Amino acid sequence: MDWLFFGEISLAGLAMGGLYALIGLGFVIIYKATRVINFAIGEIMMFAAYLFLAFAGAMEMSPWVALPLAVLGGSVLGGVIEKVMIRPMLGESSISVVMVTIGIASILVGLVEMIWGADPQLLPGFLPRKPVFIGEMYLAPKIAYGFLIGAALLIVYLLYFRFSRGGVALRATASDQAAAYSMGINVRRVFNLAWVFGSLAASLAGVLVAATGGLSPQFGAIGLSVLVVVIVGGLDSIVGALIAGVFIGWLETVAGAYLGGEYRMPATFAVLAVILVLRPYGLFGTHDIERV
Amino acid sequence: MRIGDAKQSYEADEAIWTSSTQKIWFAVLLLTLAVFPFMADAYLLYLGCLVGIAVISTTGLNILTGFTGLISLGQAGFMGVGGYTVAWLSMNTSLPFPITLLLAGLLAAAVGILVGLPSLRVKGLYLAIATLAASVFLHFIFAEWESVTGGMAGLSLEPAHLFGLTFQSDFGMYFIIVPLAVLMVFAAKNVFRTRIGRAFIAIRDRDISAEILGINLLRYKLMSFALSSFYAGVAGGLFAYFYRVVTPESFPLSMSIFYLAAVIVGGMGNLLGGILGAAFMTLIPEVLKLLTAALTPFYPNAPIFMSPMLEIIFGALIVGFLIFEPHGLAEIWHRIRRFFSIWPFRN
Repeated sequence: MDWLFFGEISLAGLAMGGLYALIGLGFVIIYKATRVINFAIGEIMMFAAYLFLAFAGAMEMSPWVALPLAVLGGSVLGGVIEKVMIRPMLGESSISVVMVTIGIASILVGLVEMIWGADPQLLPGFLPRKPVFIGEMYLAPKIAYGFLIGAALLIVYLLYFRFSRGGVALRATASDQAAAYSMGINVRRVFNLAWVFGSLAASLAGVLVAATGGLSPQFGAIGLSVLVVVIVGGLDSIVGALIAGVFIGWLETVAGAYLGGEYRMPATFAVLAVILVLRPYGLFGTHDIERV
Repeated sequence: MRIGDAKQSYEADEAIWTSSTQKIWFAVLLLTLAVFPFMADAYLLYLGCLVGIAVISTTGLNILTGFTGLISLGQAGFMGVGGYTVAWLSMNTSLPFPITLLLAGLLAAAVGILVGLPSLRVKGLYLAIATLAASVFLHFIFAEWESVTGGMAGLSLEPAHLFGLTFQSDFGMYFIIVPLAVLMVFAAKNVFRTRIGRAFIAIRDRDISAEILGINLLRYKLMSFALSSFYAGVAGGLFAYFYRVVTPESFPLSMSIFYLAAVIVGGMGNLLGGILGAAFMTLIPEVLKLLTAALTPFYPNAPIFMSPMLEIIFGALIVGFLIFEPHGLAEIWHRIRRFFSIWPFRN
C-alpha cells in the first residue's frame, strides 16, 4: 500500500469533509431552531455560488468583494424563503414542510438555469495557487484554503452561539420553544435568524466547493451527501455535524479514489444504513421520548 | 338523498357507491376509457398510457404515504426493480406478460419489505432518508450488476405477448395499462374497507395509539410497504413494456419526488386525489410543450426556457398546493361536486 498516496487522499478528503461540516452546520442550525429539514440547502449553496460568479465574473468585482456579497445574497435568500414559504407552514406535518423545501429546491434550479443557462461554469480563481505541502504530502491549494476559510467561519459560529445574545436566544428556542416565548424571546425572529445563519454557512461552503469543482445547475445534489452527514451525526447536534461531516467527506474521497467514483454514494449510504439500524437518531442526536 | 354525510350504519359508511348517480357516472367514465383509444390520435394515446402508469404508481405511494403516513423517497427504486424484473424475464424466458408483471410486483414487494424493516425504529424524516438510501443502493445495483442488468446500457425487451397476441403499439399497450390501472385503484379502494386498510389509517393518525389498540405496528407497516411497492413494481413493469428499454437512468431520484409531488398535489390519503394528481403532473409538461410551440413564432427563444420553466412550475405547484390547498386537487373536486349537489343553495 502506498501510504503517501493514502495520506494525500485522506487529507483532501478531510478538507472536503470540513466543507461538508460547514454545510451540515447549516442544516443543523435550521433544524435545531425550527424543526424543519431543509432539502433546499444544496440549492441555496448553488444560488450563492452563481451569485459569486455573477459578481466576480460578469461584473468583474474583486473576488474578495464578491465573496461576502454572494454569501450575503445567499443568506438573504434563506431569510426570504423562511418568511414567504416556510412561515405559513407552521404547525403542518413534517412531510408537508419537507415537500415545500423540495419544491423550493426545484424553483431555484429552474431560476438558475433560466438566468445562467444549463452549462457547467468555472468560477474565477481567487485562492492562492501555491501548492501546499504538509510534510511530504501534497494538498491542492484550493482545497486547503477553502478548508481554512470554512474552519474560520465555524469557529466564529461556535463562539457566537456560545456567547452572544442572539446565540443564546437560538439555543433557548431550540431546547424549549414555549419557555423561550415566556422569557420574552422573539421566537419568530429566531426562526428567521436560524434560516439566515444556516443559509450563510451553506452559501460560503457553496462558493468554496464550487471554486474547487466547478458549478452547474446540478450542483445542489451535494445536499444529498450532506443529508447523510447530518443524519449520521444526529439532526440536532452541532458537534455531530462537525464530526460526521469530516468523516463522511474523508470516506467519500477515499472510496472514490480506491474503488472508483461510482462507489462514493453507496459507501456513504452504507454508513448511513448502519447508523440508522444501530443508533436511529444519529451518533449525537437526542432521542425523543413519545407519549400518547 | 344526495345531501350531507349522514351515515346510519357501518355498511353505509363503507359503501363504495353512495348514490346511483355515482354508478352511472362511473359507467360513463369506463365507457369513455374504453372508447378513447378508437377516437384518439397517437399522441393522445401515448399520453393516456403514461397517465395510466403514473396512476398505478401514485396509488401505490398513496397507500404508503397518504394512508399509512410513512414517507418514502424510494418509489422510483421500487419501480426500477419491477422494470428490470420484467426486462430480464422477457429476455431470458418466454413467460406471458401477466406472469412477468405479477413477478415484477412480487419482487418489488419483497424489496419493499426489506426497505421497510427500519420503519419500526425510525420514522418521519429519518425513514424518508432510509428509503432514499435504499434507492441509492438500488440505482447502484442497476448500474453495476452488469451480467443481469446490462449496466449503463440497460436492457431492451420483447413486446408484451399473451395467447399469440403481441402488444407492440401504444394502442395495444393502452388495453393492458388502463384496465390494470382501473383494477388496481379499485383494489386499493377495497383494501381500505378491510381490517388491514383501517389499521394503516390508524397508524397514520397516531402510531402509538394504534399500537395500544392492539395493532401490530411492524407487521402492518411492512404490509403497507409491500403493498405499495407491489404497485410500484407493476407500474415499473408496465413502464418497461411501454418503452421497451430500461436503463439506470429510467428511474432517477427525481422520479420518486415526482410521485410524492403527485400524491401531494392530488391530495394525500385520497385515492381520487392520487389519480387526479398523477394525471395533472403528467400532463403539465405536455401543456407547457404545446404552449412553447405556440409561442415560438413570437419569441424564438421560448424552447430554451421550457425546461427551466418546467422546474419552476413543478416546484411552485408543490409549494402552492401545500400552502394554499393542503388537501389537494381532490378537495377542489369535492367543492365542485358539492356546488352542483346543493345547487341552487350557496355553499
